[in-house]
Amino acid sequence: MRVTPTLVSGLIAGLFLLSSVTPSPAAAAEMPEIEKRDWSFDGIFGSFDRTAQQRGYQVYNELCSGCHGLRLLTYRNLAALGYDEDDIKAFAAEYEVTDGPDEEGEMYQREALPSDHFVSPFANTNAARAANNGALPPDLSLIVKARKNGADYIYALLTGYGDTPDGRELPDGMYYNAAFPGHQIAMPQPLDDDAVEYADGTPATVNQMASDLTTFLAWTASPEMEARKLLGLKVMLFLLVFTAMLAAIKRKVWSRLH
Amino acid sequence: MSTHPVVKWIDERLPVFTFLNHELRDYPTPRNLNYWWNFGSIAGIVLVVLIGTGVMLAMQYTPHVNYAFDSVERIMRDVNYGWLLRYLHSNGVSMFFIAVYIHLFRGLYFGSYKSPREILWAMGVIILLLMMATAFMGYVLPWGQMSFWGATVITNLFSAIPLVGEEIVNWLWGGYSIGNPTLTRFYALHYLFPFLIFAVVFLHLVALHTVKSNNPLGIDATGPQDTIPFHPYYTAKDFFGFGVFFLVYLGFVFYAPDFFGEPDNYIPANPLATPPHIVPEWYFLPFYAILRAVPDIEVFGFVLITAKLAGVILMFGSILILFFLPWLDFSKVRSSRFRPIFKQFFWIFFADCLLLGWVGANPPEGFFVILGRIGTAFYFAYFIVIIPLIAYFEKPRPLPESISAEVLGGKEGGKS
Repeated sequence: MRVTPTLVSGLIAGLFLLSSVTPSPAAAAEMPEIEKRDWSFDGIFGSFDRTAQQRGYQVYNELCSGCHGLRLLTYRNLAALGYDEDDIKAFAAEYEVTDGPDEEGEMYQREALPSDHFVSPFANTNAARAANNGALPPDLSLIVKARKNGADYIYALLTGYGDTPDGRELPDGMYYNAAFPGHQIAMPQPLDDDAVEYADGTPATVNQMASDLTTFLAWTASPEMEARKLLGLKVMLFLLVFTAMLAAIKRKVWSRLH
Repeated sequence: MSTHPVVKWIDERLPVFTFLNHELRDYPTPRNLNYWWNFGSIAGIVLVVLIGTGVMLAMQYTPHVNYAFDSVERIMRDVNYGWLLRYLHSNGVSMFFIAVYIHLFRGLYFGSYKSPREILWAMGVIILLLMMATAFMGYVLPWGQMSFWGATVITNLFSAIPLVGEEIVNWLWGGYSIGNPTLTRFYALHYLFPFLIFAVVFLHLVALHTVKSNNPLGIDATGPQDTIPFHPYYTAKDFFGFGVFFLVYLGFVFYAPDFFGEPDNYIPANPLATPPHIVPEWYFLPFYAILRAVPDIEVFGFVLITAKLAGVILMFGSILILFFLPWLDFSKVRSSRFRPIFKQFFWIFFADCLLLGWVGANPPEGFFVILGRIGTAFYFAYFIVIIPLIAYFEKPRPLPESISAEVLGGKEGGKS
């Protein structure tokens, strides 16, 4: 019962072949291919492009915030985008929050403060569904981390609207989107050319807005990213040197044996 | 050992220094251990990192269905270095499983489970079972979609037990569905189990230091010329291993912290919306494939064993069978280096585990069903049929006279 090594290598090669078999066409239609893009925050030295983040915040504010919340953020977090305290106070003051109870035991409305969380557009999910034809606009705080292909997917979704292909019927209140799983999405196209007027004069094309908004949302999902990569660099450099020293010690100690 | 009077005074009353000296310094270790032997101590250091970061995370985490998800995000956003603690913890689990799986396959390859190391091996299998339970319950705590639905799938497995299945599931849940009582008890147990693991690791080490380490040749040390003291040789080697290991581990923590995670777990748990594909964490995938491999087992049209029960039995059986391995493999030769046929089947078995992992990551449809069944059949056949047959028929190659004779090739022994 001798088994040749070719059998083993054949089996392993077979596994690799199997793994390259593409999924069934039905599954491919469910999960569209998402194009990989270059982002300012990619890679070991990647950081968020501040101006893109600010433009993205403007897009969120003017076009998205009517339906989508950012409940995990506080207004003070916007300091990371380069806004100063007065800017942030002004942003927060546009919203009202319920506070209290006061000395009389009554709840009251007040302007939001930098320490408050972003005010969500709807009081609860039922209100959100009622206002959106039964669909629930998801909170966007973590959306980039909560979807496969992350930022690339969000960009593809925002730019993926188009005419329904021939032979495909969509129910009322549904829109065709090339990137959305199943291609049928309840959100109407959110971005149109020149839907915002950028403060820095950048032409507001759909692609530009989608890219800026995605950068902003990548930050809301991973606000720690820049600190993480910076600390990582220091730690890894230290560890490289330290491990090289440990290797040298090991060689020195073991040389006594040979 | 230090002869400092304080050290002596303590040691005469509680011999901690004698113990450390004996177990960590003088402990005679085969001189020929290769780098595959590093993964035991690596698993040990990750366990320490996991307990350390876990205790600190517990200070900030809130085990309540309404607050768990947000409290984890608060750790990520507002707690000083909270993101570091959490990513060290979540990636540490993957690293723990990688280290333990390599450690386990190393034991399989070099026959480390054979006499007199049966109990040492059994302690290892118990650690693996405890790790799996701990990792599963820990994954539930962030209360994301995969937390919730993973917990639903796994706890529902117990409903396959005949007659009392439903009652057992309700008892586990603390209610009629997964809810707050489930979360709080998982949290309590997730905090408890690592200390049980720690205790079994201690027993694992007591057993190891009693029967001594196996080695790549699989032959016993015959005298001092075959062994070297643990310190400084293996302390130096283990620390170098830690360095390399932490470069990989922290590489993930700092540059790809969500590599091992599922995006769905960044969506808060929603009992009303089932994710399209419920997949467990990567380290459970081969077992998930085994769970889903079997169909209903029918006799004359009656379902004798439901697919669910059969799957559950096989899934637990796939680990429990490891307890019997020291007796299933009755070949006296330990190391695969001298077992040409065993060695080939070992690699086929390794490939089979990868195959099952791949099947577990895919929906149980068409081609994957067949593949899962073949993989599962081979997994069990390997232990129950192939290993005993090889032990019976294989003619092992001649074993070297001693470790030192093989390693030093007739040269003078070291200056130890």
